[in-house]
Amino acid sequence: MQLATDDASRVDSPEDVSLLRRSRWTDWWLTVMHDKKALAGLVILAVFVFMGLFAPLIAPYDPNDMEYEMLAPPSRSHLLGTDDLGRDLLSRIIHGTRISFFIGFTTVALALVSGVFLGLTAGYYGGWRDHLIMRYIDLQWAFPNFIIAVYMVAVFGTGIFNLTIAISLAYVDDFARLARGMVLTIKQEPYVMAARAMGASNTRIMGTYVLPNATAPLIVQATVSVSYAILAEAALSFLGLGVESTTPTWGLILAEGRSFISRAWWVGVFPGLAIMLTVLSINFLGDALRDFMDVRETQDLM
Amino acid sequence: MQRLLEYESGCGLAGGWFMNGDTAAMVKKAGPGEDGPLLEVRGLKKYFPVTEGIIRRRIISQVKAVDGISFTIETGETMGLVGESGCGKTTTGLCILKLETPTAGTVLFRGEDLSTLNTRQMVPWRRKLQVIFQDPFSSLNPRMKVGRIIVDPIRVHRLIPDNHKQEARVAELLGLCGLSPGMADRYPHEMSGGQRQRVGIARALATNPEFIVCDEAVSALDVSIQAQIINLLEDLRDQLGITYLFISHDLSVVRHLCQRVAVMYLGRIVEMTTTEKLFKDPLHPYTRILLAAIPIPDPDIEAQRDFTPAQGEIPSPMAAPSGCVFHPRCPLAVAGCSRERPPLRELRPGHHVACTQVELNPIS
Repeated sequence: MQLATDDASRVDSPEDVSLLRRSRWTDWWLTVMHDKKALAGLVILAVFVFMGLFAPLIAPYDPNDMEYEMLAPPSRSHLLGTDDLGRDLLSRIIHGTRISFFIGFTTVALALVSGVFLGLTAGYYGGWRDHLIMRYIDLQWAFPNFIIAVYMVAVFGTGIFNLTIAISLAYVDDFARLARGMVLTIKQEPYVMAARAMGASNTRIMGTYVLPNATAPLIVQATVSVSYAILAEAALSFLGLGVESTTPTWGLILAEGRSFISRAWWVGVFPGLAIMLTVLSINFLGDALRDFMDVRETQDLM
Repeated sequence: MQRLLEYESGCGLAGGWFMNGDTAAMVKKAGPGEDGPLLEVRGLKKYFPVTEGIIRRRIISQVKAVDGISFTIETGETMGLVGESGCGKTTTGLCILKLETPTAGTVLFRGEDLSTLNTRQMVPWRRKLQVIFQDPFSSLNPRMKVGRIIVDPIRVHRLIPDNHKQEARVAELLGLCGLSPGMADRYPHEMSGGQRQRVGIARALATNPEFIVCDEAVSALDVSIQAQIINLLEDLRDQLGITYLFISHDLSVVRHLCQRVAVMYLGRIVEMTTTEKLFKDPLHPYTRILLAAIPIPDPDIEAQRDFTPAQGEIPSPMAAPSGCVFHPRCPLAVAGCSRERPPLRELRPGHHVACTQVELNPIS
């Protein structure tokens, strides 16, 4: 009794009141600023996003103008050289950022959200939901992701919208399986039982107790998948199942450059570098995000 | 106390069917002599099926974790539940809280049969029944700061709508459990085991529960920390009038904290009485062996002591012995013990024993 009244004086000081409220985003931003690799990743991605958004303003030439020297090496007039049809490579790569980034991030976001939803439902509730969802996932697991994407495009037709749906569907099973595995472990934890004992709803338990503890491997999977998605788009476009061949995308330029790699290395190398830089940046940021989420790991090691 | 009660009356319960809704009055009334016990467990059973086969599941046998136990707990009382590992004491606690669904039996809390309620109907009651877990490392969500951990039950039950008041309440609960309000900004991994257990207690107290199941609440802690936590639990009992079911395998802790004790063996209660009677005058042969196993912190006396451990191993609960489950290891066992299950009888006033032989073999 004494304790409770004694505390009343301490409670209302402004310092204490703010304790529950410091935003996660402030923390996250501080983490990124302290992590050099994450900062580099953030800067590179920002540059690419800027390039994509303002492509027509930045690109020195029209990406589909074929009036220049064919397969010209990098020079002052064409910084990254030209391709086999005499199109300026730098302009094509700048314009390609749009499609590649869109496909890369949208497909993974879609696959992540739907996969986690399926995996969470299956793992948390179990029973018939688990059987139903996981048998479908098994079915999809039996085919290579790329074959599924090809099949989807073949059924729904080409175009950027269908391409996005097809690639994200192909990656749903990875996320679903991973999420389910994590949920099965986490739902046995005493803190989940404590949440049930306090009367928290299933949605609340899944959202605030189970999911936040399952994020680390999902983030890693997501960063890897972004690179795969960019490459999948490239492969599909190469097969004529993606975007039109006149639309510049990194994958498409890379695929075309493949044939001249011995004569004109720049056509294949520069879009490849762009993909590599993107993937690397995403991985750096992903690592920082994972470390940030997994508070224990970073602090215990120190 | 006064502050705690203020919150209580400030926020009526959703649905409003919970008694008269005035918990403050109930806490004040609390004490022996109130009509009916706070908690009554009748014939509680929990069998876990053991299955075989992938496509068609067959139940090949059952683990009788809890096999028909009954007991009551009065308001304000601390009841101990002791027994060795695997005797079903934790399962009993989980069944009372409906974290496990009992196979049979009823759990009456303030006369309301909790075992018939569905998940949604159970929610208002969850506020009144709380739990403190054994492991302070895994019982707190590692992704939540301490403040969030403690405020979550308050938000679930919408007890305090205002954010500032929520924060004040968190600071108050932390203070009540001997932690500084600054701890609210820490993650569980930044705290020691004892501090974490205090957070677990603060979380359990957040909804002003009447009844708390302490499931081995101090077993994972160092002895010095154990003492602090036990004192804290005692203080809270005295200040807030909380009733505990204290599950433990540590008899000395139970002796210190509990007013009554039930001894479990293989899913059944073999003896139940006041702490004083149990430790002074144990009747059931299992209890006697259990008490004799408590080490005496004096090497000379310890060396002179004549201690015969129970013969054999504890049988698997999948194939519990017939009749009295203790008969294969019992020094008093006669042929009849393997045939009939001895009922829990009141041999002496307030002293229940499940043994047919004990009257014929009084101890010296």
